[in-house]
Amino acid sequence: MRGAGGALSEVTAARRKPGRSGESLWIDAWRRLLGNRLAVAGGAVVVVLLAAAALAPLLAPSHYAAGDFEATFARPGGEFVLGADFLGRDLLSRLIYGARISLTVGILGALTAFLIGVAYGTVAGYAGGRVDNAMMRIVDMLYAFPSLLFIILLLVVFKLGFGQREDPSAMVRAVVSVDRAMGGMLFILAGISFTSWVGLARLARGMALSLRETEFVQAARALGARPERIIVRHLLPNLVGPGIVQVTLMIPGLIATEAFLSFIGLGVDPPTPSWGAMISEGISSMRSHPHLAIFPGIALAVTMLCFNFLGDGLRDALDPRMKV
Amino acid sequence: MLTYLLRRLLWLVPVLLVISVVTFFLMHSIPGNPFDQEEKPLPPEVVARLEAHYHLDEPVWRQYLRYMGGALRGDLGPSYLYKDRSVNEIIARHFPVSFVLGALALSVAVVIGVPLGIVSALRQNTTADYVAMFVAVSGVSVPALTLGPLLIWGLALQLGLLPVARWGSWQQAVMPAFTLGIGQAAILARLTRASMLQVIREDYVRTARAKGVRERRVIVHHALRNALIPVVTVLGPLFAALVTGSMVVEQIFAIPGLGDFYVGAVGDRDYPVIMGTTLLYAAVLVIANLAVDLAYSWIDPRIRLEAS
Repeated sequence: MRGAGGALSEVTAARRKPGRSGESLWIDAWRRLLGNRLAVAGGAVVVVLLAAAALAPLLAPSHYAAGDFEATFARPGGEFVLGADFLGRDLLSRLIYGARISLTVGILGALTAFLIGVAYGTVAGYAGGRVDNAMMRIVDMLYAFPSLLFIILLLVVFKLGFGQREDPSAMVRAVVSVDRAMGGMLFILAGISFTSWVGLARLARGMALSLRETEFVQAARALGARPERIIVRHLLPNLVGPGIVQVTLMIPGLIATEAFLSFIGLGVDPPTPSWGAMISEGISSMRSHPHLAIFPGIALAVTMLCFNFLGDGLRDALDPRMKV
Repeated sequence: MLTYLLRRLLWLVPVLLVISVVTFFLMHSIPGNPFDQEEKPLPPEVVARLEAHYHLDEPVWRQYLRYMGGALRGDLGPSYLYKDRSVNEIIARHFPVSFVLGALALSVAVVIGVPLGIVSALRQNTTADYVAMFVAVSGVSVPALTLGPLLIWGLALQLGLLPVARWGSWQQAVMPAFTLGIGQAAILARLTRASMLQVIREDYVRTARAKGVRERRVIVHHALRNALIPVVTVLGPLFAALVTGSMVVEQIFAIPGLGDFYVGAVGDRDYPVIMGTTLLYAAVLVIANLAVDLAYSWIDPRIRLEAS
């Protein structure tokens, strides 16, 4: 992974055929990605899911909170394609709206964690010496935090600490109202991004350390470029490729974490549908109505699978040397 | 080597210190106290007495010092929720459950993951390889929340082969161990495959073949023994991750492990249980990571030589 950008351009340069000499690294990677059937299939499903989530009000047969008390526990088929839950709410509609939560938390969470991690790691790696040492000891500390325990604690602190304060300041009130408007998603996002940037910081630091010694960075330094400029112009662009791969591969894990948090009742606020919360509601009626827990579970697994296929494909496409 | 080991063990001290401070002050930053109840509120005098009894009326820093003083002597305090049990008792009773579940899940991961990776590497770029790796990616992608209910529905409710939930008999352990271990099996499969592919191209493997050693022996004695080095060394952290991350599976299958207990404790703000569990799990994670380094130098003589 180290110095992938620099070495990668050598690889592609060596591969360039005379007729394709103007071709950029990205077009080359794009072509490799399109050649990977699993990645293309995964990517296609991800696009469909994103579209479904964005167009949920148009696609869903009914609103996610609309219950029909004459249809409680309706079986799949007929009026309710995938059946209805214990309040007679259409399962398909709740699944479609639930995709919004999963995808938003997964993608935004991974991006936020990526930004924090890369900023932190690049600065540490480029600064080197004592600063690097101190910054990485902090990362080591955070690594030892049992992350699931920590997220749970953070969410309880957010929810009780912000939500139940008797004399909230204007800022606390604003944060709480944003979280309410997002159905409880803001706090999940904050908890998840806060605990998952650490690995990326290590990766970015490693890359910054090796890039620092490359000739193009040495040259920039010799020409008198300031550190900020070197980081922004020379280090960060080389992190884009591995960054895309890392973010994509991080998304399924974050989606699973959100589902778990909602499963134990610390995630979204009801009636906002989250696949994890739906599984938790469904599992209590497993014996009589197994579809209520199994359909959201399948949605969860398919989404994670597609992001993994896409992420693997991106890794192979952006860094051919990684492919064994 | 000994000084290195000591230095790594000493690292535990600042780590646990920082984690204890952060956790303690975070949970105490929640306004109110653990004895606020929405339904049936306790009379204010009773709450005051309870607070005084648990020293919750003192400044937070003094409570922290008091807690750490106890923790250093091995006393993790009383549980607020279960008034007749200390945190030490709770950990002694519930941690072994999580530990056994983690160990079983690790066995599942090794038994499935390693052979899958070996077969995949030996038949690189064949259908068998593609199928094995497809299974591996699928394994990582099927979360416990999907697999757990599916197994309960299929194996327990439809076929009646296994009990639905709870803990005690070996039949009750099958589905949770499988649910927890399958993701790690996939990780081990990919790691084994990558490592095996690398080793198979080494000179000593080629030499062995050139000497006319039988293929079976080349694979088992020359390639596999070396290919498994990175695999064995990740088992420590993997086990730690399984033990400390088993709460999802514990929740699904109603297993009385420590993770399951923790979820309840956070909701009820049972401070000493939260602290005790967090510190224990952090220690498990740090020691598991230390075990990697030790395992490396123990298994791979090349590293030992370089160090000395």
